Amino acid sequence: MTAMQELYLLVPLAPLFGAIVAGLFGRVIGRTLSHSVTIAGVAVSCWASWLVFQDVQAGHTYNGTVYTWLSIGNLNMEVGFLIDSLTTMMMLVVTFVSLMVHIYTISYMRDDPGYQRFFSYISLFTFSMLMLVMANNFMQLFFGWEAVGLVSYLLIGFWYTRPTAIYANLKAFLVNRVGDFGFLLGIGVVLAYFGSLDYATVFAQAPALAAQTVSLIPGSEWSLMTVICLLLFIGAMGKSAQVPLHVWLPDSMEGPTPISALIHAATMVTAGIFMVARMSPLFELSQTALSTILVIGAITALFMGFLGMIQNDIKRVIAYSTLSQLGYMTVALGASAYSVAVFHLMTHAFFKALLFLAAGSVIMGMHHDQDIRNMGGLRKYMPITWITFLIGSLALIGTPFFSGFYSKDSIIEAVHIAMEQGVAGAGFAYFAVLAGVFVTAFYTFRLYFLVFHGKDRFETHPAHEGHDAHGDHDHHGGVPHESSWLVTVPLVLLAIPSVAIGYLTIKPMLFGDYFKGAITINAAIHPAMTELKNSFHGSTAMALQSFTELPLWLAVSGVFLSWYFYMKRPDIPAMLKHRFSIIYTILDNKYGFDRFNDWFFAGGARAVGGVFWRIGEVKIIDGFFVNGTANLVGWFATVVRKWQSGYIYHYAFAMIIGLFALVTWFVRVV
Amino acid sequence: MLAGYPLLSLAIWVPICAGVLVLATGSERNAPLARWIALVGALAGFLVTLPLYLRFDATTANMQFVEFMRWIPTYNINYHLGIDGISMPFVLLNSFITVLVVIAGWQVIQTKTSQYMAAFLIMSGLINGVFAALDAMLFYVYFEAMLIPLFLVIGIWGGPRRIYAAVKFFLYTLLGSLLMLVAFIYLYFQSGGSFEILDYYALPLSLPVQILLFLAFFLSFAVKVPMWPVHTWLPDAHVEAPTGGSVVLAAITLKIGAYGFMRFNLPITPDASHYMTGFMVTLSLIAVVYISLVALVQSDMKKLIAYSSISHMGFVTLGIFLFNSMGMEGALVQMISHGFVSAAMFLGIGVMYDRLHSRQISDYGGLVNKMPVFAAFLMLFSMANSGLPGTSGFVGEFMVILAAIKVNFWYAFLAATTLIFGAAYTLWMYKRVVFGEVTNPEVAKLKDINAREFSFLAVLAVLVLAMGLYPRPVTEVMHVTVNNLLAHVAQGKLP
Repeated sequence: MTAMQELYLLVPLAPLFGAIVAGLFGRVIGRTLSHSVTIAGVAVSCWASWLVFQDVQAGHTYNGTVYTWLSIGNLNMEVGFLIDSLTTMMMLVVTFVSLMVHIYTISYMRDDPGYQRFFSYISLFTFSMLMLVMANNFMQLFFGWEAVGLVSYLLIGFWYTRPTAIYANLKAFLVNRVGDFGFLLGIGVVLAYFGSLDYATVFAQAPALAAQTVSLIPGSEWSLMTVICLLLFIGAMGKSAQVPLHVWLPDSMEGPTPISALIHAATMVTAGIFMVARMSPLFELSQTALSTILVIGAITALFMGFLGMIQNDIKRVIAYSTLSQLGYMTVALGASAYSVAVFHLMTHAFFKALLFLAAGSVIMGMHHDQDIRNMGGLRKYMPITWITFLIGSLALIGTPFFSGFYSKDSIIEAVHIAMEQGVAGAGFAYFAVLAGVFVTAFYTFRLYFLVFHGKDRFETHPAHEGHDAHGDHDHHGGVPHESSWLVTVPLVLLAIPSVAIGYLTIKPMLFGDYFKGAITINAAIHPAMTELKNSFHGSTAMALQSFTELPLWLAVSGVFLSWYFYMKRPDIPAMLKHRFSIIYTILDNKYGFDRFNDWFFAGGARAVGGVFWRIGEVKIIDGFFVNGTANLVGWFATVVRKWQSGYIYHYAFAMIIGLFALVTWFVRVV
Repeated sequence: MLAGYPLLSLAIWVPICAGVLVLATGSERNAPLARWIALVGALAGFLVTLPLYLRFDATTANMQFVEFMRWIPTYNINYHLGIDGISMPFVLLNSFITVLVVIAGWQVIQTKTSQYMAAFLIMSGLINGVFAALDAMLFYVYFEAMLIPLFLVIGIWGGPRRIYAAVKFFLYTLLGSLLMLVAFIYLYFQSGGSFEILDYYALPLSLPVQILLFLAFFLSFAVKVPMWPVHTWLPDAHVEAPTGGSVVLAAITLKIGAYGFMRFNLPITPDASHYMTGFMVTLSLIAVVYISLVALVQSDMKKLIAYSSISHMGFVTLGIFLFNSMGMEGALVQMISHGFVSAAMFLGIGVMYDRLHSRQISDYGGLVNKMPVFAAFLMLFSMANSGLPGTSGFVGEFMVILAAIKVNFWYAFLAATTLIFGAAYTLWMYKRVVFGEVTNPEVAKLKDINAREFSFLAVLAVLVLAMGLYPRPVTEVMHVTVNNLLAHVAQGKLP
């Protein structure tokens, strides 16, 4: 094993080591040692990722096996690594955000009795996510895929005595399993037709099978690639929370805020985006699948944004924003702008982790009250949180020069080009992402103004009212306070890339050859990236040019409107809510997805199960056949027993009858 | 150096002799002695099976560790033992589970201790005989004899409805196996007076005859697996059986049914097996989907896991009747994994039952507040039961689903619903039992697991994880045997 290969192994194993130590021996070694060992593990992993990144930049990609998990015939299922530019980017994002979250957690979870357990889980998550992104084959991808789902389940239900938390974690796991159901079938079809689960082998054979059709339903021929891509995308819809499998993500906010930042914003939920980008050689071969992705992404981007406009829980606003932004990424995938999707994934990871951690800081400052109606004017009390939150918000709405601007603007442009090319669904998607800009700006700054500006509303509301009932932090008074340096340092460290990373990296990532070899685009039919490249004249020029274009002004009007509504005329939102109560009700019910799922799927499965149980099992099989047979034998025996009465004259009578019958028989025959 | 020892006979007779010895300790006064003899006997029984794996030659499909002795020369019945890649893992699994059962019953069983321990030891030896027998009559004797200790275990140490459950269990399995005896006698005459199972493999048979024989074997093994719709004895038996009985029932005896399909149906009636594929696959898929939904609505934990077992065994029979190596090895892996996972689940329920004397989900809630270590173990096993990658529960299901897609996409589609349903019934139960606030004041008094309970749960946890992360050592020993069997089945044996 070369030094580099050892380094590859070190990246996932260091956090795993931390997770095992903190998980199994956390009680023995205590809090400080537990967080030290896990943070050290992730720090080592982050540092190793950086070294690997530089090595890949120097042109050394790697594709190799660690060990053979299983072999059947000539099929080897292996655990192995594919290290290329896409992988290293994900490794850096995951380990860096994870490191920030680990440090932040020391303060956030300070008084929680499950402190060591929490560190163990987030380190285990880091390991799982790294295995997912570093996989060189579908099986390991699925391993990581489900493992991050497991840790997400454990963390959403971290406060296991809360009914809402344990409802949310079961829901999250099951909805993800619906996605995984499709994903696993997709993997199975890949294996059935390609005879391999290895990325490189499959991608190499893909063009040859592009024309292959399968008939799943007799009489209808489907393109093999469409079937595979749609099945795989169902998995992505679960993990990356695309409509209609998005329902788990808002509820996942029941978990502690650090994991909302790490898992439910920055990394795990982007696994679906990463997966589709990784599978670009397959997705490029199915226009049907790409158009589906485009439409689903567009629906998610716009309609989940609407829901963010009316939420009053600080975390839920950001959660809906995450859904909407995941929709943007998905739209980019559908427009064959994979690198743009991954680019937005990266910028989003930084600014959304920042927003969540800042929100967590606010929640701590507010003594675990999460209702934004009880906040206001916090900028005076929490200056660092305020500034970093503002930076995150500006990045999110796509302010020129901020990281979110570069990625979001590129997505809009890519969809625009796809629309001009006549890609099915692109017209709708273009409208959705444009309208989404306005919506995003509105809800983001509604949140910002309500939390940090205006009157101090918290004094009228006693502290400790919120539903975050776990081990409260300091109990001094009701006045918010700035958080400790353990919180603010990660905020600042995340704020830096939220501002600058887009400006610095757009050129190499989107228009250079950073992703060369990692992402495949058929430029002949999907010219979006080529055209984007031709119109790109540097980061500064791109930002300046945006002042003459629609999206920026949509964002500005969104900010302005939220300022007008919530700072100037707070009576207007109340009036609108009253006037358009139907629309408000629809939004408040989140379009009825939850109710429908609870009624149709959860209730339906229980009802069908109940019928099978009461009728099929108890009545028919056991009641009629099994016990029925036993009863029949018993009945028969009862009847037969009656003949053996023990009275001589009964037997004598029977003998005479028998004799008579026999004689009659013989006489007749003769 | 071990070559000369009759290892299979030791695997059978060491536990049986230990069982007789335990019985000899007699009354309850000697219960501690009975426990220790039982533990030593079970451990010795397990140790003698280890060389079977370590010295197993994975490059041949021939029977290994063969022993041959004349038994009833008049009818040409012989004491003929041997194992191949299909049966070897189960001898180890069975002997291993016996050790756990003895430990699990250590303090819990306070009445007729010696008989209890003896029943399990004797049963363990008989089950090893089932897996190792190469003579049809010998197989039949072991196959029926092992019912007796299990019948007693359920009938004596069981719950309130134990008699109903024990009789139902006994009649179901006995009725099934009678036709198998008829089949053996027919084959005996067809083969010119041989009870050698391997002789039957080469015996040409016409398709109608094969189908009749297939059905005769099918009945006896389908009841054992159990396959829908002859499965209803299992939930009752599980609910009434003591923990140890449930463990052996789920972990071992169900496997005998599936093993029977591989040892008898496929090789003796290969053409009928092909002919009946649609039938077998349909029943298997009903087990996976229908039974999962039934499991969802159970309010009794043991019943829920019993139904979950039936559903998981549906994967086994599905895998066998896909006729490709991935499916068949997947079925075998699923059986071994289910041996660990179902044993762990039943032991876990036993741990709870010993404390609260209830199996009702609604009596629990908030267990994690009082028993965090136990909750962690149960989480792992629940995840394994839901087929999470990294646990053994995933491997077999994954292989069978992949194998099914090659045959028919919709088989795999239906089978894969277990991803959703399996997680739903297992984790919903987990949520209601373990998570939440403590509502039942009895739960508030519970103590976490003791060292004894920790020991068997930890051993199973290690095995579940090891097999999930590195299943290759398990499958390597099967390849040749499975491929040989598949080649034999593909060839057919019509006259």
